[in-house]
Amino acid sequence: MIDVQQVSRYFGDVTAVNDVSFKVEKGEIVGFLGPNAAGKTTTMRILTTYLPATSGTATVAGYDVHEQSMEVRKRIGYLPENPPLYQDMRVKDYLEFVAKIKGVAPAERKKAVDDAMAKTAIGDVSTRVIKVLSKGYKQRVGLAQALVHNPDVLILDEPTVGLDPNQIIEVRQLIKRLAGDHTIILSTHILPEVSMTCERVVIINKGVIVATDTTDGLTKKHAGATRLTVSVDAPVAAVKEKLATIKGVTKVEETSGSEYTTVFVESDKDVEIRPEVAKIVVANNWPLYEIKAEDVSLEDVFLHLTTKEEGTVS
Amino acid sequence: MRNFLAIYQREIKSYFSSPIAYVVIGLFLILAGIFFYLIISNFVQMCMRVDMMAQQYRMAPQKMNVNMMAIRPIMHNLSLFALFFLPLVTMRLYSDEKRTGTIELLMTSPVTNLQAILGKFAAAGTLFLVMLSGTFLYIIFIFLYGNPEFGPIFTGYLGLFLLGLCYVSFGVFFSTLTDNQIIAAVSTFVFILVFWAIGWVSGMLSPALGQTLSNFSLIEHFDDFAKGVLDTKHILYYISFIFIGLFLSFVSIESTRWRGR
Repeated sequence: MIDVQQVSRYFGDVTAVNDVSFKVEKGEIVGFLGPNAAGKTTTMRILTTYLPATSGTATVAGYDVHEQSMEVRKRIGYLPENPPLYQDMRVKDYLEFVAKIKGVAPAERKKAVDDAMAKTAIGDVSTRVIKVLSKGYKQRVGLAQALVHNPDVLILDEPTVGLDPNQIIEVRQLIKRLAGDHTIILSTHILPEVSMTCERVVIINKGVIVATDTTDGLTKKHAGATRLTVSVDAPVAAVKEKLATIKGVTKVEETSGSEYTTVFVESDKDVEIRPEVAKIVVANNWPLYEIKAEDVSLEDVFLHLTTKEEGTVS
Repeated sequence: MRNFLAIYQREIKSYFSSPIAYVVIGLFLILAGIFFYLIISNFVQMCMRVDMMAQQYRMAPQKMNVNMMAIRPIMHNLSLFALFFLPLVTMRLYSDEKRTGTIELLMTSPVTNLQAILGKFAAAGTLFLVMLSGTFLYIIFIFLYGNPEFGPIFTGYLGLFLLGLCYVSFGVFFSTLTDNQIIAAVSTFVFILVFWAIGWVSGMLSPALGQTLSNFSLIEHFDDFAKGVLDTKHILYYISFIFIGLFLSFVSIESTRWRGR
């Protein structure tokens, strides 16, 4: 449905997006994850034909975003970071206007507007002027605007910003419900959002894609499975050597920053190694300070991926 | 066409559902009314003086031309007031879209930039037409109490309308350059004023250069309209002026995409 091939975009000397490639299949929800200024918005703007790419090609629903931009525009719904609302219009008039310029046939316009309002639960403010609405309502009007012409592809730039927790849950559920009929790309810097709504994640940092995978796969791949932190008062070499002998251990890694010897012990997912670690510690008479199992979350993966980048650069 | 109409209607609604249209039209008509009163009462006094002189010297009363002595100055006044008001009408057309981010909706919808520009241009032009038609009321007064010629009035209004569209087309252009409405309005005003006054320096220059410059002057071309002369060269000049303004707007909007601002 969406195919991005080696897209780059420069603003003068600044590289906003650098050689980005990814694919999204029909009906998928893909999360675009990255810290602020990572290039999420620029990538989305290229996909929505708002900005041309400096190099590379992107197609949406089989149409090139640059060569056939009008065809692409008919098939996408876009919610920019700031919802594009005409403040002095009434909600219903605004949605009718959007339906009109998105090419919804006159006979279907009323139904399209009503459906979009029903999906986003804004029917009760349909005759209000947009500028008096709360941030949450404005955000939902923005979402309704993206949905009104029932597009194949929805591109949502930080759709839950500014909503209260209840509304966030509602919007996430709404996005999930929409997934079957629509292909959705949403960007966010909120991690739980991705693990809750998306099937696949594209992590982008400093204009470069650092990982693309399913949420589960990403956690698995980058986290190994279980990770123990073990702190003992003993020589590092001995600790590493002994712990590595435990069955199922894949890696023993030392860390600094503690006055004792601290190591990370990674093992296969289903193997419980804590009793074995304890046995070895006792057998060698090492004073034990800490033994802790860590759940590796997407957050760790994200931090790992986006800060590793930094480390190698400087 | 459908997209053009959608943009046009939205702009018209936005003018008339906010105070902008009413304030602009109202104040324009008040100003025009004051000057109408001054010019007409001046004209009436002059007529009375001429009549008295004629009686004194036992001559046939001289015929005074209301078209030349009252309506033409009124037309010139209106062309100046339009210069004050139209930049205020056009300043928000694109600046506001840029400031609030609605430009992203416009430029990711299947609407071409040309359709959007023409829709906005036509909406501001329509508002100007409403402003102008309000002044018909004053002209009707003249018809009630005098007997002016209709021809020069018609050409005068045609000239005013074309002149106003020149202001509007460059108003749209300056509005595409900035997200600040004040800057858009002031730049339009100064730009138009320069083209207005460009003919005034012609007396100080060599005849050839002076003639060329006054050919560029917006107001020199208006004189013939106000006199009742319909000349294709003036119409062509105004249409080219409008076209250039719209073309520059188009180029400006297209290049916004590349510059990414």
